[in-house]
Amino acid sequence: MSGHSEEKTKTLNLIVWRQAGPDKPGRFETYIAKNITDHHSFLEMLDVVNEELIKEGKEPIVFDHDCREGICGVCSQVINGVPHGGHERTTVCQLHMRLFKDGDTIYIEPWRARAFPIIKDLMVNRGALDRIIQAGGYTSVHTGGTPDANAIPIPRPDAEYAMDAAECIGCGACVAACPNGSAMLFTGAKVSQFAALPQGQVEAAERVANMLKEMQDCGFGNCSNHYECQAACPKGISVKFIARLNREYLKSLF
Amino acid sequence: MKLVNPSNKRKYKILVVGTGLAGASAAASLGELGYNVESFCYQDSPRRAHSIAAQGGINAAKNYPNDGDSIRRLYYDTIKGGDFRSREADVWRLAQVSNEIIDQCVAQGVPFARDYAGYLDTRSFGGAQVSRTFYARGQTGQQLLLGAYSALSRQIRLQTVKLFPRTEMLDLILIDGEAKGITIRDLVTGEIRVHVGDAVLLCTGGYANVFNLSTNARGCSVTAIWKAYRKGAFFANPCFTQIHPTCIPQAGDYQSKLTLMSESLRNDGRIWVPKNKGDKRAPNDIPEDDRDYFLERKYPSFGNLAPRDISSRAAKEACDDGRGVGPGGRGVYLDFRDPIKRLGEHVIRERYSNLFEMYERITGEDGYKVPMRIYPASHYAMGGLWVDYNLMSNIPGLFVLGEANFSVHGANRLGASALMQGLADGYFVIPYTVAHYLASSKPGKAKEDHAECKKSIEDVKAHTKKLLLINGKETPAEFMRKLGNVTWNNIGMARSKESLTEALAKIPEIREEFWKNLKVSGTEFEVNQQLENAGRTIDFIEFAELLCRDALNRDESCGAHFRVEHQLPDGEAKRNDENFSYVAAWGFKGDGVPPELHKEPLEFNLIKPAVRSYK
Repeated sequence: MSGHSEEKTKTLNLIVWRQAGPDKPGRFETYIAKNITDHHSFLEMLDVVNEELIKEGKEPIVFDHDCREGICGVCSQVINGVPHGGHERTTVCQLHMRLFKDGDTIYIEPWRARAFPIIKDLMVNRGALDRIIQAGGYTSVHTGGTPDANAIPIPRPDAEYAMDAAECIGCGACVAACPNGSAMLFTGAKVSQFAALPQGQVEAAERVANMLKEMQDCGFGNCSNHYECQAACPKGISVKFIARLNREYLKSLF
Repeated sequence: MKLVNPSNKRKYKILVVGTGLAGASAAASLGELGYNVESFCYQDSPRRAHSIAAQGGINAAKNYPNDGDSIRRLYYDTIKGGDFRSREADVWRLAQVSNEIIDQCVAQGVPFARDYAGYLDTRSFGGAQVSRTFYARGQTGQQLLLGAYSALSRQIRLQTVKLFPRTEMLDLILIDGEAKGITIRDLVTGEIRVHVGDAVLLCTGGYANVFNLSTNARGCSVTAIWKAYRKGAFFANPCFTQIHPTCIPQAGDYQSKLTLMSESLRNDGRIWVPKNKGDKRAPNDIPEDDRDYFLERKYPSFGNLAPRDISSRAAKEACDDGRGVGPGGRGVYLDFRDPIKRLGEHVIRERYSNLFEMYERITGEDGYKVPMRIYPASHYAMGGLWVDYNLMSNIPGLFVLGEANFSVHGANRLGASALMQGLADGYFVIPYTVAHYLASSKPGKAKEDHAECKKSIEDVKAHTKKLLLINGKETPAEFMRKLGNVTWNNIGMARSKESLTEALAKIPEIREEFWKNLKVSGTEFEVNQQLENAGRTIDFIEFAELLCRDALNRDESCGAHFRVEHQLPDGEAKRNDENFSYVAAWGFKGDGVPPELHKEPLEFNLIKPAVRSYK
């Protein structure tokens, strides 16, 4: 817009976690981000820093990113101690630099959790979340031969509840935020989605038992009721789904 | 159609590249049937594929609202929307299986929107007069992909599918003229290795990132299908690319992508630019007389709801005229002042609050108080590898699914049809058609130590090494920006003989400079995102030339392909059925040699091609 002040730029001090590989020691390195405007997204700011590093013949900072519109769930950075930077319903890729002041110091770290080994710098391995889904995050329906989509009416509140749970983008911020490295918000959301739908009833008991067992086998902790997961979740997934997970688990025992 | 005996299926290995709607649904369905499947994606998880970003919905001819929909009508709308440049039989089949897709997804637990009686809700979408679009809030792509991902996850657990995430396909291997393997790079360790199988399925999406900037994810590339093209697969209609009119405009050169907002905003918002060039006043200070509501002025009957391509071009013209707004002058206002006055802010909030929030998050501006700024962006490729009715390319054993193939959307895709096609191909077409091919070939024919496999590994290693050794001064991102600007300005929303000839001169220059002056840091034996970008960039540079050539050859306007030389008095595309009612399928003949054009004539038996009119 004509009234914009895109000429005004900011300089930021970045203190970034660098780690060459899973078994290598890591350390913080300091970088200066120059000529950053209000309109740069956080990742575009890092792009600018990386372009300079490449030109200087240095290794750019490795970080996961893809859709850059807050839906693929791959971006994963702890910014000033908070996964995704602590703005409501916002992933790292949707953070914008207008939220930072000229001269700010920003700490950037990877997700830290026993179940998410660091691959390089800010990139971690979240295969454990896939394994939890593989353990039961589905209905065992074959392709084809399914009844007409309107054959089973589903009360609207149930469908909405399932959709609230299904909004999870699988980024793992809940795990990174949890003092116990728990994936119960992630697991609870998937279990709750199916628990609310008639299609999920047949395998309900088996599903919750298998998914929770896999969660523990992967090295995630249990919920310790801090609710940090809910605060960090960029999709606003509620801790009520952890309560539902616990109820479904108890039900499965009888 | 031939079948494979159930007990023999496990002997056949199928390589599926890509885990979007097409790839995940194909891998899951083939795994279920008992085939031995390997699934590859460049992302860290199959759930991240870019199908996830689709907002609007998925079409099906269910006729639940009783509003006169049918398979024939869905077929007709798709053919007409594609401006009579799609293959009739493929579209008919797509319409036929559309209903099964919805059934399948509901059975998987996809939480589609429902009415208070508990039945599925639908909405209407562009290019249709019936309400046939099923949706899950503004995240239909996400929910459908998670459905396919869950089916895939189940097969991984059952060990019928083996998953290779963070893996990029860099070559296709042909043995005795048939597709029998791929060469990949492990993006974590840098290892380059071969996977052999009895058939290869490319489900690797579109190439909209050839333009600067697009709405695609950063990792979306033409690489997989381009490598296949270089091995002999025909590339069909590469010039058919679609532009979306309501994206949030670019803020600066550093920008990495554009974000799309639902077009529904145009139902109420009024689009305008200042009448005078260089008007620096804030939008709310510009009086009515100094505003040019250019769509209402040029297209009085359609106004702000003029079709996608026409609105996009009108916005470009206003900006070319020096009247664009916002940083860089590439934007037009989408103003809600009048509808807010007429209906009240609460009504606008009810209708569009999620879009206003999205806009504010990105721009920091409150769209209720200050007009939004929008600009068109590239977001979908109708063109892709040529396939027959069975989705097999001209290379036996190479199948191409979803956005990566060319067949059903013609010169223009209708909203909510991309999701339908991806899942139709993966769930319901490929399980039948791949069997027909496999039944006539002996399983396990290809071996990893075959000379072609060794050669492919050597080629990929040499290519990688070459990229690292140039040690020039410009980064892959700078080359991509350079290319993207040429493609966007010369082959973007409007094309002319002049602009295309110019691009055909500039692109080879960029290619030459690339090989002289590229700078990639790091080594090939580790995570190296610059190396990945460099490989994708050079493929885009090579591909852009083919895109140009195709656009130049197609000396007509049709659908989204707009040659300024060929337009009707109202600015609509002027088709030339006499000379161009064909699929242009290009065959690679070697570097520095012009590609060979093969023409597949299009025949329409059920309807007659007519002027595409939405008046």
